[in-house]
Amino acid sequence: MKIAFTTKGTSWGSAMDPRFGRTEYFLIFDEEKDKLSAYDNRAAANDAHGAGPKTAQKLFEYSPDVLITGNGPGGNAAAVLEKTGVKIYVGAGDMTAKEAYKAYKDNRLKQF
Amino acid sequence: MKIAVASGKGGTGKTTLSTNLASFLAENYPVVLTDLDVEEPNSGLFIEAELVSEERKFKMIPEWIEDKCTLCGICQKVCNFHAVIQLGPMIMVFPELCHGCYACSELCPEDALPMIRKKMGQLKHFKKGNLHFVESRLDIGEEQAVPLIKQTHKYIDQHFDKDFIRIYDAPPGTSCPVMEAVKDTDFVILITEPTPFGLHDLTLAVETMRELKKEFGVVVNRYGIGNDDVLKYCQEEQIAVLAKIPNDRRIAELYSQGKLIYREIPEVREELEKVKELIIRRMEEVVR
Repeated sequence: MKIAFTTKGTSWGSAMDPRFGRTEYFLIFDEEKDKLSAYDNRAAANDAHGAGPKTAQKLFEYSPDVLITGNGPGGNAAAVLEKTGVKIYVGAGDMTAKEAYKAYKDNRLKQF
Repeated sequence: MKIAVASGKGGTGKTTLSTNLASFLAENYPVVLTDLDVEEPNSGLFIEAELVSEERKFKMIPEWIEDKCTLCGICQKVCNFHAVIQLGPMIMVFPELCHGCYACSELCPEDALPMIRKKMGQLKHFKKGNLHFVESRLDIGEEQAVPLIKQTHKYIDQHFDKDFIRIYDAPPGTSCPVMEAVKDTDFVILITEPTPFGLHDLTLAVETMRELKKEFGVVVNRYGIGNDDVLKYCQEEQIAVLAKIPNDRRIAELYSQGKLIYREIPEVREELEKVKELIIRRMEEVVR
């Protein structure tokens, strides 16, 4: 399984970013390879409109099975994510990435 | 004569001034008041008039033809607004994000993105005596105010001759919709309140009007609250203060009942008289 997180940094200790479209980074954790990689999404802050679909498109390139975020994507981003078939879990906005991963494993996050 | 009523800050009295000024002027002149705050038009709450006509307004957006598409990706590269997204073997179009620039459609080598009509809002035209009132309202979920504002300007130009004094109730702020609302007007009235917030946003609005090379003046609303900083700023910047509408509980009460205030409160009528004199003087200058 590949799991994506919206975060404010590049490591397990980073705080989650509750926003989807304008998240500063996303982390991809490949469970099989036990490998964590980061994607810098800070350019999205400059987009007046359409940050959601663009971020969703970027995420699609990494083909995660699961997305863990805070508030949940907006309408446009959700429309893209729906096509990708990724499972979305929300409510991890106040956690670190590590805590969010544990919460997901313990079934404590809500599916979007 | 085209006069826009704008403000940096929201809630400073654009609609109050627009509706009262338009009705006041209509006592002697033909006037058309246009509500260009298409995201939340509210001038209509204060204008009682008969519906003359109604039009659905459309914008043009691209529609993806899967059979023609070779997935070359040019469309999404040329879209500055992320309204066209390539997702694996498909192209997704987000109509609400589309600015209708035609770039994707024109530059598609396969003609796989023809432009089609999409309804974005409604225009209504009302009339009572000398006063015409035109209101455009964006549909729920639509994000682009500019195309509807543009089409509303066009409607006014087509339906009213130069004898009409045109008053435009602009959207708040200093972004694209405001610029579109004021750009072809002869004069802009910036309405503010004498508070730190009012002053802060007034300075942004002043910068915007200077950038657009617009002639403008300031009306201070709720005069008597806050402090003198707005007046000092206008003096330092040599900006004309056209009128001061007093802070008065009766005004708020009348407003809350959807009534015009100048008919009930003589001090407001006196202030509107000052704005009217300026408008009439400018109209005469134009004629000469």
